[in-house]
Order: sequence, then C-alpha cells, then structure tokens
Amino acid sequence: MKLDLNAKYQTSHEWVRPDGDQMVCGISDYAQNSLSDVVFIELPDVGKLLKQGDVFGTIESVKAASDLYMPLSGEIVEVNEAISDALQIINNDPYNKGWLIKFKPTNMVEWDKLLSGKDYKKAVEAEG
Amino acid sequence: MLLIPEPLLFELSSPGRTAFSLPTLDVPASPLPQELVREAVNLPEISELDLVRHYVHLSQKNFSIDTHFYPLGSCTMKYNPKVNETAAVMEGFNRSHPLQPEDMAQGNLALMYHLQEFLKEIAGFAGISLQPAAGAHGEFAGVLMMRAYHLARGDTRRTKILIPNSAHGTNPASVTMSGLEAVEIPSDERGNVDLATLQSQCDDTVVGLMLTNPNTLGLFEEHIEAVVKAVHDCGGLMYGDGANLNALLGIARPGDLGFDVMHFNLHKTFTTPHGGGGPGSGPVGVSERLRPFLPGPIVAKKANQESENTPYSLLLTPYFLTMPEQSIGRVKAFHGNFGMLVRAYTYIAMLGEEGLRQVSLNAVLNANYLKARLGKTFPVPYDRLCMHEFVARGDIVPGVHTMDIAKRLIDYGIHPPTVYFPLIVHEAMMIEPTETESKQTLDNFVEVLQRIVHQAQDEPDFLRTAPHSTPVNRLDEVAAARKPILCYKG
Repeated sequence: MKLDLNAKYQTSHEWVRPDGDQMVCGISDYAQNSLSDVVFIELPDVGKLLKQGDVFGTIESVKAASDLYMPLSGEIVEVNEAISDALQIINNDPYNKGWLIKFKPTNMVEWDKLLSGKDYKKAVEAEG
Repeated sequence: MLLIPEPLLFELSSPGRTAFSLPTLDVPASPLPQELVREAVNLPEISELDLVRHYVHLSQKNFSIDTHFYPLGSCTMKYNPKVNETAAVMEGFNRSHPLQPEDMAQGNLALMYHLQEFLKEIAGFAGISLQPAAGAHGEFAGVLMMRAYHLARGDTRRTKILIPNSAHGTNPASVTMSGLEAVEIPSDERGNVDLATLQSQCDDTVVGLMLTNPNTLGLFEEHIEAVVKAVHDCGGLMYGDGANLNALLGIARPGDLGFDVMHFNLHKTFTTPHGGGGPGSGPVGVSERLRPFLPGPIVAKKANQESENTPYSLLLTPYFLTMPEQSIGRVKAFHGNFGMLVRAYTYIAMLGEEGLRQVSLNAVLNANYLKARLGKTFPVPYDRLCMHEFVARGDIVPGVHTMDIAKRLIDYGIHPPTVYFPLIVHEAMMIEPTETESKQTLDNFVEVLQRIVHQAQDEPDFLRTAPHSTPVNRLDEVAAARKPILCYKG
C-alpha cells in the first residue's frame, strides 16, 4: 500500500494535503486498488460549500460505486478536469496527477482530527 | 453449438429478402403523405428460416435456471414450477382486460384478494398492495408511505432514514428517490447492526430504519428486538427489505417482529420468472398504522350480509377495488403485473403452509451445507449459522481475484455467484443455492470450485482469461464502461 506521508487521511479512504492556501484531495492508493479500474466519476461544482463528512462526489468501478466524503469543511475551488477523459490516472497516480478536488478550508481545527499516514495504514490493516 | 458466435441480424441481412408476404391488395392503393415517408431506415432483410435459426441459436445460448445451477446470492434463483405457467395462460386470466368492469372480472379480483390474504398471513401484516412492479419499486412505495405517515401527523422534522451497511444496495437509492437522506449504520463483528451507533443516530429526525433481515451476509439480526425498539422509541418506523424472505417462510413473521412495512419479491421467494425475463412484482405489506397509506387501488371484499333480501347479483360479485383513505396514490398503471400475481398465487396455493415452511428449512439447510463444505477453502468472515445464503472470500490464491474464479465457473456449466457484494467483505462471493437444488448438484459445485482453486495455483493466467467455452471470452468491462458503443454502426 503506497502512502503519501505529507497527506492526512480518513477511514473512508480520501487523502488531503495543503496546496498553498488551499487543500487538495483524492483517494488513497488502497482505495484505488480495492475499487479496481475506475470507470466513472462525478465531482462537485466549483463554488459549492460543503461540510466535513458531506458527500462531494461519486466514484465508480466495474466492482462498486462509492460516495466521496469531504475530509474538511470548505469551498470547492477547482476540480481535476484532466481526469475526466483519462480515468486510469486515478488508478496510476492517486496522490499526484489523480487528485480530485481543490478547496478552501473553512475550519482548520478539523485538520487535527484526521489520520496520519501511519494511523491510516493501521486502520486499513485492522479492517483486513 | 454454444461456442459458435451468432451474427447480428444486420450482419445476416441481404437486400430483398423478407420473412413475410402480403396478400394481394384488394382495395385501391392510397399513397402515404410525403412528409411521413422516410428513406433508408436500414432495417435488416432476412428470410423466415434464417430468422428462426437466429433466435433459436440465441435461445440455445441462454444460461438460465432451467439449464444450469444458478447460486446467485441475494437473487433467489430457484426453480420456477411449470404449473405456474399453466395457471397464467388460463383463458379467464390472460384474455381479461384491466378496464373490464369489476362485476366482469370477479375471478381476477378474487385471485388478487386471496393473494393479499396469503401475503398478510405469511408475513404478519394488516394490509397489502399488489401494485409495485419490482422490489425497489416496493421499497420506493414503502418509503413514501413512511414519509406520508409522519407528515399526516404534522411531524415535519423527520428527514433521515437509517440504513445498515449490510442492507441491499437499492435501499439508499429508494431513500434518495423519495427526497430523504440516507444515513449509513456500520455492522458489528458478528455482522449485526452496530447497536451503539444506531442508538446514537435515533432522534426525532428519523423517518425510520431500512433493515434487510436476514441481511446481505445471510445472517439473521441477533438483536432484532433491540433494533426495533431503538427505532420505535424515537418515533421512527421499521422498513423490512423482504428480498431475503426465502429464509423465513413459516418460521418468523416480519410483522410479529415489529416491522411496519415490507416489500415482497414475488420473483424471488414466490417463483415468478426472474433475471432477463420477468417482469418483476414487489407487493408491499404494512402494519395497522400504515394501512391507510397503501398505494391503491387494492382489492376488498364486501362484508357477508347475506339475507333473504340480498340480491343474487351481489352474492356473485363480492370483490371490488378500493382506494385506502390516505393512500399515497397509484404507483403503477392498472393492478400491478397481474400475470405474476397468478403465478405467485399458484405457487403458494400448491405448497400450502407446511410446504412453504419446508421451502425455508431446505433453503437454509442447503446454504449451511455449502458453507460447511466450502468454508474450509474459502474463508467466511462472519462465520456463524447462516440463513439462506452466505458470503465467502474468493481471494485465496495471490494474484487471482474472485472475478477470475467466478468467470471460470461458467466453463463448468455453473452460473457465478454474486461477486463484490456486500461491500463490507473484500473480494466477496455471495452464494445462495436455494432449496430446489439436490445434494448432488451442491457436491458438484464444491468439487468444481476445488478444481478451480488448483488451477488458480497451477495456471493463474488460464483463470484470468476465463471463460473459455463461450462464444466470447473475457469481456473488457472497463473499456465497455469507459467508452461504451451504444449504437450499431454497420
């Protein structure tokens, strides 16, 4: 399982890390591997205000469809247009080119509650 | 025969061929108005014999319960008795029209009335509507009734429906369709609803809980009373997903357990055609407090007030259609999929009380037998006595996935089990043998799976490209989903 140690995680398998004064978010390597080849993604409109834990989109593979959850509250400022025609990027490079959304966080207190890469790995391994 | 690919009708087409000939025109020809005439509609031109062969070839390639073992978990692919078809084609049924006046359709209404009564008795409910056309349609009707019940009491704060993560996948969709919010409840380590999380979510914004019992792990909810109590105590209602009713017939009644509403899948539990055929049928049953909200019309019977003055005509026509007082309205044109109601009625009437109970006992026995034999090879994460189905993991050989094993089963004339569902088990393989399979069939299934495990170890690539005995081999599902070609381009 590959991890980006600069990012924080939540047990629903999204990662998030600072990107200038914004946050960038995607799905973990473990998540892309469990889903297998991504075939569809639905991302939010720019400008949308979402709370931590809100559904910001849906991701679908031939195996399953899953909701995507906001790791922090914030306003969507950008979605990754480059992946819409090349969904395999999410599978090949989930932490970099395969990012999904960028947002302006509105409550950084929430950041402290997210899992470190190490703790996320433990949580995933405990899940089996 | 199975291996030969069948060309499309367009590929069989040759200009000028037809499968029909019209009689000589005996009236003056009347040309169509110019604006209605199309050019080049590009329909295939085929002779009658080629056309017959085409469809017979396709029918021979069909993989169905009448041709193969079909342990597709959650779908209850049991044998559909042929006597159902004999009843469904009786002239009185198949030549009637839904707009016929009630006094000329008493036989049909009587059948619907008695089916309503059967389902009430089987599941312990106060009222039934036969309208919904499928399971998820029944769910939708049920959720609308739950919402209407709260609104009718002026309780407008309730917007949440709680759904355990072991529920059927259609449940959250039905909630969203009804304009409500689905909230997921995790499972505990024994595959039950996590009670602590449930209790923390139970407040005055809860419309109700949708429980699949037995759940998609094939497990009976061990804390059913506590779950029902938590939901009822906060003013919520209990929805039962009856898709897994095949485990409970004559043993437990959802109404007695405290469920307020449940849909039946006649195409699962009650042997109406299913899977590429159908159509489905998903009646809903309700407790007394939801009875006024049932979708309608439903069939009622005039009270027996027979006296010397009762006109003879009234005695002959006791059945009539009626709209429940606070009905959520129609959810389907006419009276549901009536042909399916005839088949389900036939099945229930043929088996009777004791027969239906035996169905569930055998369904549970068959599933537990398979679990005991297969569990040694394929780990079962929530390993306790199962009901009509169980969920095992298929990823036992590194680099070989459940999907590879599932596809290889086709080469042995066995329909794959449901795979990758429920999501709470990795590489899930959900196996439901149903009660209609013999011990020999089940033993053969076990032996085939064991042979496939050896192949997975010895020649994994052969599994990754399976099936090998079909007209087309492994399909590229990823490309088909990412870049679908939806039109034939000759």
